[in-house]
Amino acid sequence: MSKELHYKSASELSELLEKKELSAVDLMKATIARTKEVEDKVGAFNSYDEVDALAQADASDARRAAGGSFGPLDGIPVGIKDNLAVNGQPLTCSSKMLEKFVSPYDATCIEKLKSQGAVLWGRLNLDEYAMGSSTENSAFKTTSNPWNLDCIPGGSSGGSAAAAAAGQAVMTLGSDTGGSIRQPASHCGVVGLKPTYGRVSRYGLAAFASSLDQVGPLTRNVKDAALLLQAISGHDERDSTSYKVSTPNFLEAMEKQRGHKWTLGLPKEYFATAADTPAMKPVLEAIEFYRSLGCEIKEVSLPHTDYAVATYYIIATAEASSNLARYDGIRYTHRAEKFDAKDSVDIYCQSRAEGFGEEVKRRVILGTYVLSSGYYDAYYLKAQKVRTLIRRDFENAFKEVDALLTPTSPTPAFKKGEKASDPLSMYLSDIYTISANLAGIPGMSLPCGYSDGLPVGLQILGKPFKEDELLSIAHEFEMAHDFKDQHPSL
Amino acid sequence: MEYEAVIGLEVHVQIKAESKIFSRVRAGYGHEPNTMVDPVVMGLPGALPVMNKAALDGIIKAGLALNCTIPESCKWDRKNYFYPDSPNNYQITQYDQPICDGGFVEIELPGHNRGEMGEHKKIALTRIHLENDVGKLNHFADDSLVDYNRAFTSLMEIVSEPDMRSGEEAFAFLTAIRQTMIYCGISDCDMEKGQMRADANISVRPVGQKELGQKIELKNLNSITGVKNGIEYEIKRQTRELKKGNTIKQATWRWNADLGQTEMMREKEDAHDYRYFPDPDLMPVRIDEDWKTKLQNEIPELPWDKQRRFIEEYDLPFSITSVLVPDRILSDWFEAAAKQEPKLAQAIGNLVANDLLRDLSEAGMSIDTCKITPDTLLGLVKVVDQGIIPKNVANKDVFPEMFKTGETAEEVIERKGLKPDFDEGQVKVWCQEAIDENPKPVQNYKDGNEKSLNALLGPVMKKSKGKANPQLVNKIIRELID
Amino acid sequence: MTEEKHIDIDYTAKLARINLTDAEKEKLSEQLDSIIGYVEKLEELDTEGVEPTAHPHPVYNVWQEDEVKGELSTEEALKNAPAQRDNMIVVPKVVD
Ligand SMILES: [Mg+2]
Ligand SMILES: [Zn+2]
Repeated sequence: MSKELHYKSASELSELLEKKELSAVDLMKATIARTKEVEDKVGAFNSYDEVDALAQADASDARRAAGGSFGPLDGIPVGIKDNLAVNGQPLTCSSKMLEKFVSPYDATCIEKLKSQGAVLWGRLNLDEYAMGSSTENSAFKTTSNPWNLDCIPGGSSGGSAAAAAAGQAVMTLGSDTGGSIRQPASHCGVVGLKPTYGRVSRYGLAAFASSLDQVGPLTRNVKDAALLLQAISGHDERDSTSYKVSTPNFLEAMEKQRGHKWTLGLPKEYFATAADTPAMKPVLEAIEFYRSLGCEIKEVSLPHTDYAVATYYIIATAEASSNLARYDGIRYTHRAEKFDAKDSVDIYCQSRAEGFGEEVKRRVILGTYVLSSGYYDAYYLKAQKVRTLIRRDFENAFKEVDALLTPTSPTPAFKKGEKASDPLSMYLSDIYTISANLAGIPGMSLPCGYSDGLPVGLQILGKPFKEDELLSIAHEFEMAHDFKDQHPSL
Repeated sequence: MEYEAVIGLEVHVQIKAESKIFSRVRAGYGHEPNTMVDPVVMGLPGALPVMNKAALDGIIKAGLALNCTIPESCKWDRKNYFYPDSPNNYQITQYDQPICDGGFVEIELPGHNRGEMGEHKKIALTRIHLENDVGKLNHFADDSLVDYNRAFTSLMEIVSEPDMRSGEEAFAFLTAIRQTMIYCGISDCDMEKGQMRADANISVRPVGQKELGQKIELKNLNSITGVKNGIEYEIKRQTRELKKGNTIKQATWRWNADLGQTEMMREKEDAHDYRYFPDPDLMPVRIDEDWKTKLQNEIPELPWDKQRRFIEEYDLPFSITSVLVPDRILSDWFEAAAKQEPKLAQAIGNLVANDLLRDLSEAGMSIDTCKITPDTLLGLVKVVDQGIIPKNVANKDVFPEMFKTGETAEEVIERKGLKPDFDEGQVKVWCQEAIDENPKPVQNYKDGNEKSLNALLGPVMKKSKGKANPQLVNKIIRELID
Repeated sequence: MTEEKHIDIDYTAKLARINLTDAEKEKLSEQLDSIIGYVEKLEELDTEGVEPTAHPHPVYNVWQEDEVKGELSTEEALKNAPAQRDNMIVVPKVVD
């Protein structure tokens, strides 16, 4: 074999499985071995169940032996962010609140993966309830960046990005509310795709901010991202916000669109602030690459960019304050042992004081504040109106261009602890990613180079439900470079 | 000084449906605890609500029946508050864009006696909105137990303007809503099963004063009479306080039906801060004319309209309509017979409202299982009308047999030999005999006392062994004397 | 909005049902104040007549027909409960 099994792509592995040159059980064993080999350093997993994973792999082999494979994902280990419900498995959201919670049901995306034979592998670390950009807000562990163990992997899908980068899973699922797939993908040198809002069902994704959350793939190459996105997409009648739109065949579309001369926009507001930081160099080179392909590169304007972070933190925290009210010490969460029994609300106050970490408390209280009596119009309603303006910015830009190119993050992965004491500066590290969530458009991060030995991501933003175009654009770059075959030394 | 009460009601009505309002788990009453739950009802991480079309149909129908305006669109909001019976610690409800605006409920106040229609009045509605119900708390000495079966049942909240002035009006208001809901098949409104629950806002002020007095909220009004009694008690209490020169404090009170008095639950703490905001998990609802028309067409003739029509079209006395109309099935049953022979409607109405209802209740049966049909009942009324058998025979001998066996009137008459074995000529002979034997009443009649001829009826009936038709006898006697 | 402290941390934490220590309150109110100060930049924008966005791709009338489609068993529904009795969740005595 030309490279280690654990760094092979899903499509390569799928072929080996199909030709019976590899069994799913052996693939799973190799994945388990790799996971154990590096997990002390990476710390991507909250938990995993070897016996269960091997049983799933065994069932996959049995299907193939009987000539009834469920398709290209059958037997492929997929790591799952620990905020997606898998029946019978822990669902902790990296919170003490749900430390002992075992889900009694499957998320729709999980149901879809199961029906396609994927082997669900492990529960991947995240910032508590997906609130953060570094995975330092996990109640259980801090995941390390496989490229530099002193650095954060990004967040909130830090465990998903790190596991994919370190070869602990063939691919992983994450969720993205303000950049939580793209930013860690960028920091860990993998491909991360946040689908259009409504493309993938949110049923079974523990909600952070309902109008922003989307589930999406983190993979080591673009084709695998297409494959995994294909598997989880589709309208779901259990999610009222799931959009009734057909799912294209992404791989076919990519094949058809090869060599297409795209018109690509550079939002001037994004490049003005990024100026010439070291992290910008690979992004600018990537842009030159597209120009060299004959793509038209155009400057465009997204005039309300400067207001996106403020808008986002009002909307996201307001929704979160309500979404997280259910974690209350009553039905299934951590319940404080000691509380004032004479004060009927103290069981809530004490259980939540013990169960929530600092960042969650901060955001829940901020969200409670912006919705509270007398402030709704000034904050929440205002933010919803600005959200309209931000959406319109994109609509206007997409009249001129097919997609936008931007950096994914202002800097490469920073050192652990560096921003922990300054939440606002942490929030500002999301400036390039959050607008896509506010506008509901798809966004993708693609490895495009390094800065100080740390990966840098190129962000591609596209029109609603045009993930196929994002994938095609990314694929052109990936084919002409060898970033997908570069891996951290662990 | 004279005082008057000002009362507004908030009425919660469960909408009848197979599944819950935001989840397709079954809805119902009286099941083992926590057997009608799923991820949505338990508020599990990742669970999402999806609207139930039947709940929307139900409330729009209710709105149309209660004269509301149905706006073109409405949306969902979250009302945030922590309570153990609330799985998400927010209720999905409608804050500033309810699905039904305005409207009114026509009520009837008690008349001077049972036979007389009381005053009708319109109580204005503020709105009706849709929301999810919560679970049920069972209280014990040291703790409480939560059952989420009821959680997420479809619930509509009917909010009235402060248009009522007495417990009696509140009673009439609830009665009218209940009848309308049952008529339309929206809810059974069984208060014992919690399908209808009312809270009242009550204040008292000196007559002539424009501003409202300080209101209190009265909860736990678990029956329609509870509403009446609780409100009346509370009006008396507040009036007494005001007369003593005391002020009323804003508070929540509860009606204790066992003790027959109201008791304070809590003084108003800081105003609730519910942090309403649009629910991002649900899409707005648009209601077009086609949808409204379709539902409008499913609404049957409503009780007051039916009552007015029965009185006019069938010349029914109010007392009979007030028995028939509140029950949609019974009144339809009546009309199935009456519309065939409108001139016999009174006789049909009497039989239904008196004999039929009495026998059904004695047998513990409902009209659906009744062996008498509108057609056979009409047959009975007809044989009386044709003079074949007298009314008393029909009521006492024929009707009970028909009720028992399901036979037609003719079959019963035949089987029991109730048909008179004499003809009209024979009746004439008996009548002449009676006139001859009773000269005094005959003379009184001739002197102008109309009623005195009644004294001849008895003797003729005796001669016919009860089989003569009294109407016919009266007619013949008059003919013979005049 | 005023220039002094924005947030009544005691009131807001109580609304959010989270007990905070005095140290937490001090730290949080300072951090939240700077965040709120930052988000107030939205005031600069004129949003007169702009429709609020509640959903990125709004559609209407997303519902299901009234059909029963499954449930959790009582056991599954209660398996994570911190305290249960008689198939119900035990909570401290609450006054309604
Ligand atoms: Mg209310
Ligand atoms: Zn209500």
